[in-house]
Amino acid sequence: MGMDFSTLRTLISRYCVGEENWVDSRTVYIGQREPPPGTEAFIQQRFPDNRITSSKYTFWNFIPKNMFEQFRRVANFYFLIIFLVQLIIDTPTSPITSGLPLFFVITVTAIKQGYEDWLRHKADNSVNQCPVHVVQHGKVVRKQSRKLRVGDVVLVKEDESFPCDLILLSSSRDDGTCFVTTASLDGESSHKTYYAVQDTKAYNTEKEIDSIHATIECEQPQPDLYKFVGRINFYMDSEPVARPLGSENLLLRGATLKNTEFIYAVAIYTGMETKMALNYQSKSQKRSAVEKSMNAYLVVYLCILISKAIVNTVMKYVWQADPNRDEPWYNERTETERQRHIVIRAFTDFLAFMVLFNYIIPVSMYVTVEMQKFLGSYFIMWDDEMFDEELGERAMVNTSDLNEELGQVEYVFTDKTGTLTENNMEFIECCVDGHVYVPHVICNGQVMPGAASMDMIDTSPGPDAREHEELFFRALCLCHTVQVKEEETVDGIKHGIHQGKSTSFYISSSPDEVALVEGMKKLGFTYLRLKDSHMEILNREDEIERFELLEVLTFDSVRRRMSVIVRSSSGRLYLFCKGADSAIFPRVISGKVDQVRARVEHNAVEGLRTLCVAYRPLSQEQYQEVCQLLSGAKLALQDRDKRLAEAYDLIEKDLILLGATAVEDRLQEKAADTIESLHKAGMKVWVLTGDKMETAAATCYASKLFHRNTQILELTTKRTEEQSLHDVLFDLSRTVLRQHGGMTRDTFSGLSGDCTDYGLIIDGATLSAVLRPTHEDSNSGNYKEIFLEICRNCSAVLCCRMAPLQKAQIVKLIKASKEHPITLAIGDGANDVSMILEAHVGIGIMGKEGRQAARNSDYAIPKFKHLKKMLLVHGHYYYIRISELVQYFFYKNVCFIFPQFLYQFFCGFSQQPLYDTAYLTLYNISFTSLPILLYSLIEQHINMDILKKDPSLYRDIAKNSLLRWPIFIYWTLLGVYDAIVMFFGAYFLFDNTTFTSNGQLMTTNTQMMFGNWTFGTLVFTVLVFTVTFKLALDTHYWTWINHFVIWGSLIFFVVFSLLWGGIIWPFLNYQRMYYVFMQMLSSGPAWLSIILLIAASLLPDVVKKVIWRALWPTTTERIQNADKLYKGHLSEFTPLASLHAPSKAGHHRRGSGTQRNAPNPRRSEAFTKKIMFTRWQKTPDYCTFTPLLRFADGTRHTKQGSAYNGAGPETSV
Amino acid sequence: MVKKEQEIANRPDNTAFTQQRLPAWQPMLSAGIVIPGFVLIGLAFIGIGVALFVTSRSIQVMELDYTGVEQTSPCFRCSDPNVKNCVCLLDFSIDSLFKGPVFFYYGLTNYFQNYRRYGVSKDDDQLSGNLDSFISPSDTCAPYEFDSNNKPIVPCGSVANSMFNDTFKLYQIISGAKNQVPFDGKGIAWWTDYNVKYRNPSVTPLRDAFNGTVKPLFWPRPAYELDPSDPNNNGFINQDFLVWMRRAALPDFRKLYRRITEGDYTQGLPAGNYSLEIAYNYPVLSFDGRKKVVLSNVSWMGGKNEFLGIAYLVIGSLCIVMSIVMLIVYAKFKFPEEE
Repeated sequence: MGMDFSTLRTLISRYCVGEENWVDSRTVYIGQREPPPGTEAFIQQRFPDNRITSSKYTFWNFIPKNMFEQFRRVANFYFLIIFLVQLIIDTPTSPITSGLPLFFVITVTAIKQGYEDWLRHKADNSVNQCPVHVVQHGKVVRKQSRKLRVGDVVLVKEDESFPCDLILLSSSRDDGTCFVTTASLDGESSHKTYYAVQDTKAYNTEKEIDSIHATIECEQPQPDLYKFVGRINFYMDSEPVARPLGSENLLLRGATLKNTEFIYAVAIYTGMETKMALNYQSKSQKRSAVEKSMNAYLVVYLCILISKAIVNTVMKYVWQADPNRDEPWYNERTETERQRHIVIRAFTDFLAFMVLFNYIIPVSMYVTVEMQKFLGSYFIMWDDEMFDEELGERAMVNTSDLNEELGQVEYVFTDKTGTLTENNMEFIECCVDGHVYVPHVICNGQVMPGAASMDMIDTSPGPDAREHEELFFRALCLCHTVQVKEEETVDGIKHGIHQGKSTSFYISSSPDEVALVEGMKKLGFTYLRLKDSHMEILNREDEIERFELLEVLTFDSVRRRMSVIVRSSSGRLYLFCKGADSAIFPRVISGKVDQVRARVEHNAVEGLRTLCVAYRPLSQEQYQEVCQLLSGAKLALQDRDKRLAEAYDLIEKDLILLGATAVEDRLQEKAADTIESLHKAGMKVWVLTGDKMETAAATCYASKLFHRNTQILELTTKRTEEQSLHDVLFDLSRTVLRQHGGMTRDTFSGLSGDCTDYGLIIDGATLSAVLRPTHEDSNSGNYKEIFLEICRNCSAVLCCRMAPLQKAQIVKLIKASKEHPITLAIGDGANDVSMILEAHVGIGIMGKEGRQAARNSDYAIPKFKHLKKMLLVHGHYYYIRISELVQYFFYKNVCFIFPQFLYQFFCGFSQQPLYDTAYLTLYNISFTSLPILLYSLIEQHINMDILKKDPSLYRDIAKNSLLRWPIFIYWTLLGVYDAIVMFFGAYFLFDNTTFTSNGQLMTTNTQMMFGNWTFGTLVFTVLVFTVTFKLALDTHYWTWINHFVIWGSLIFFVVFSLLWGGIIWPFLNYQRMYYVFMQMLSSGPAWLSIILLIAASLLPDVVKKVIWRALWPTTTERIQNADKLYKGHLSEFTPLASLHAPSKAGHHRRGSGTQRNAPNPRRSEAFTKKIMFTRWQKTPDYCTFTPLLRFADGTRHTKQGSAYNGAGPETSV
Repeated sequence: MVKKEQEIANRPDNTAFTQQRLPAWQPMLSAGIVIPGFVLIGLAFIGIGVALFVTSRSIQVMELDYTGVEQTSPCFRCSDPNVKNCVCLLDFSIDSLFKGPVFFYYGLTNYFQNYRRYGVSKDDDQLSGNLDSFISPSDTCAPYEFDSNNKPIVPCGSVANSMFNDTFKLYQIISGAKNQVPFDGKGIAWWTDYNVKYRNPSVTPLRDAFNGTVKPLFWPRPAYELDPSDPNNNGFINQDFLVWMRRAALPDFRKLYRRITEGDYTQGLPAGNYSLEIAYNYPVLSFDGRKKVVLSNVSWMGGKNEFLGIAYLVIGSLCIVMSIVMLIVYAKFKFPEEE
């Protein structure tokens, strides 16, 4: 959505601004110098200045623009319409009733937004006016930042941040590099290295810089922070020289220069065209399932509102058919009214009824829900259990809109590396031609140096293998992008190695590389540094070997390998390549492939991450060819990535296999426990990883995603090679479905699949084959359906060899499947961003691979284990809270407005309001708003510890169970019932009787008649007390704040009423409420009837609750009862198992097997239960039972037949 | 070191509130609490209900319709709208002592004092004695804002205009002689209406305040002459006017007319024959309404109202029944679970 919008905007701006922006590349004159005439005809372009405007409004457009934005919201718009109707026509309530709250909300919001915008203006100004140093005519001049233009050469000093996007020309460091931290851009605090243009890196004084005569051609700005292509043309002599520019040359605005004294750089993107500014677009809004049902209810209520108004309008004219009713002598119309046309009169009446009943749409609900979400998200951030001491991070909430969605998750898609695992790599072993080398890391607590620590497992290699061994170690020392840091206080780096006196660190964007280089060090080959494009290695004999680094063919996730081309000191040229086995083996022409492959597979099964290493000797001619290929691709402005990939493909071939490495990535703490809990909570966990199948599978076993008795179904390339995809799919689906007796699975299957223990493994290639739309054969078009069918029946799915985009594809596929399950994606790296954005709830781990995932997520947590509390506790709570909030809001407004509707039948459909204006206005705003807001913030129906201990409670709320239509209808009917009790209760007390205060002749104050306002006040008093008590009955967690707010708001109502009726308010033109409330309270029958009506209103709900609790308790209620029984110590002493299933006796008495799937006895799901029943009977052997289900298990056996006489819990697998 | 401090700075506050672990009372609507509760509430309600019902039973009410729809009715003659200044006599008898204090009401049916347009058709400012509003009444009073000569009507508006203007005199017939039952018309309106909300303009004599205004079209006499017998009962603080101005909630209503508390009738109306003299002015037949007078006495709980007592009895017994039902459910399904 956001993306579409931005493209649209660019399109529009292109059309509006003019033709020059049509050019896809821009030409920048360094130092504003024109190129020598006749070189090439460049189109002169105009660029914006470097002014940053993050503010939304200006002084002039604030009011119209802000108003427009506010009234785009449904609630405000609705209020506005009602307000306008009240202004235009003669309506029962004064415009103040809706105008005042509207004005209040609008003003407060406008002030808040205005203030925020003012702050932004201030911040913009300070940024725009901050001084920058610009080189002009060989001198450094200070300029305001906003005056910076494209093409200016800028001097940036250490710890300054870059004023715009710059191309690095030269730096104070000899090698032309500089270090940068991009913490404010993407949150990564590690230092990154950027490179100056080779030809200008020597120019490091103002004078020299000023003498550069060059132009830069580059693409027009685009928001991707990590992509940039461009070309720099030098006009040294007559012939211009072109050099490629890439993202390694581009310094982004917002980043800060570190560890470098100064740099010179030229501005290429300024102001709002910088990548940082382009990235300030808001993400598309995700909406929760609760919000969707809320909107559905709203539509229902809108229909009710309209039909009420129509019914009353029609009734009015039917009733008025008798002219004496229409206009009795005591209530004559004015002349103008008489002349009005009947249609206009009817329409006005309709609108007046709409206004009268408009409060049934709980507009304040939106405000309350928003406040609840906003304030509620603080409890997530405040949670001490989700604080990680090691990282010093706490949970972060980026969107508070999805708090309740956390309680609805059905599918969890998790990344493996860094999410399930620590992403803390440790070198385990390497094998060269089948000979295994294991470093003895620690010996008596000391790191053993040198060759002594090398341990050869296999027989020692022959002389022939010697060469391979040497090459292998050098390959690993050279083929990487690791940098060496020598400073001691570099933040964000954990890998410290002590080397002699000075401390140096290896840093890299990939922890695998660091592990490998460190592993090599332990095996005696130490990578020292990269100096003057020579890599230095300290070999086992303590000699320094130097290799000239010629080219780096960088890693990407599509190729899954990287290479370097080096020249050894002896002048020989090598290409070293390292990558995933699947990426290397097809390109290998010789070497001991079989041995290495065997070892790789062995390691993968152990759960180790493996890489293969190969090399290719290059002749001088071959090298020239390579150079040509590369420079051609690098200089391309268009499709550079594609051309580079093609070039790499051509270069990385004819490899000779050297060996393989194995690195261990340990599982994160409590990862297995978390996954088990998620499973028990009824969620399906999918692991999506780019890793190879065996490694991933091993991790899955370790993290208890798969159990020993999980039947693994494979859908991999290996299988599809043997059989056609079609057959494999049908085979698998048959296997899976056989278990269910061919029964078609219904919509609840997502939930009830808990005892099927199937695990599916699928790889990326097969997946894309499954998802590929097949045109030729319409029958096979439903592969997708079959695949989904299989997945639905598997409790765990492992997808390996996935490209980042495929991850999002999978999430999308599941999201769109016919049950529309709620999905959650969790990951830590940039490759997880797409799936995090795609899923209903995206969770980022603040991991080692930067902050990109955390930044793009809805919630960020420090560790995977925190997911448990996030979902099982916070998600559960917020779902319970908000569903009560929504239902209660509709309920209390039905109670509020329905009596007013009924009153119309007794006042000649004249739109006479039942309640006073003040009551109408304040009912939702102050009398009944705070208790429910507080409830929705702190209610805890079950103890937090129990929720964590017993994940299956999560199933109680699955599938939006508290906002289903039956429950909604129950609440609405309850509201209607209460309204009827209140209205007719008061009616019969008033009707034709002398409803009076104390009739004794004691004072003059006797025998007063009560008028219509007393009638309304009586109903209203009962109403306020009833709805508040109803909430009190639903509250299970009474802290002092609850007491304060609930009793406080009742007291407030009474005090307000006393005050409102106690004074002749000078600003009112009517005094109809004067002393009404007091007179009412001075009457005994009024007290008696208030008590009676409150009791009568609450009675059925209480009875329903008690009976339901006894007859069909949910698991939640069982636990509540038990908790009560054990006086809150349940979590410590009692096994919860017995609570899940009712006893056998209970079963028989109820005469059905409904409680069979014990963790989720849902009253409304007889259908599902039947299905469950059948399944249980047919295939008991397939089920695995978690300890919590034992009791249910036992019941099943007794029920099943007399053969298993009284089989107990011990039958569980 | 810096790192450590950062860590502490970022650490969430560990308070009971932020960790959602405030001490709390966790009540449960379990059968064990609800059943005894229901029994207690039920018993209490039944008790109150019985008391209310018995009291209500002891209240005597006598209702006399005098609309004159039937030809036999003594007021039939008066129901013709063309007959002016009609007086009719309604005879009735009381069998046993009608215990005092006796309240005398008039009642109207099918009369919608709660029409919205009717209800707003008055000027509170005027009624609180503001002379400015005498000259220019509020627009809400239309069509009773100005008369045909464009003079302001005081008090303006439909409510005041349609004030009930039948008058009643009650006689006890003692051996053929008519003995007038004294009526007490003081304090029949709300104290606050009489003393605070409604005020006459502070002009003496009162009639001067009404200079340049006209009386409501329907009224026989201007506001300052509503009660010729008592100069303090005139203008906007006339008790009958105040009673009328407090709009009834429902279309069938009674309003207090007088109390019978004085003279020989302090103890109530003794058994015997009575005659009610009605000055029949108020037209109701046009909208199919009825007029009646009601004699009633009151108890500690107000006038006769059997509904409240019955409702209490019903709800009370429902509570008991429900508690029995719950007990059955509880006994049958709850206990086995705790095996």
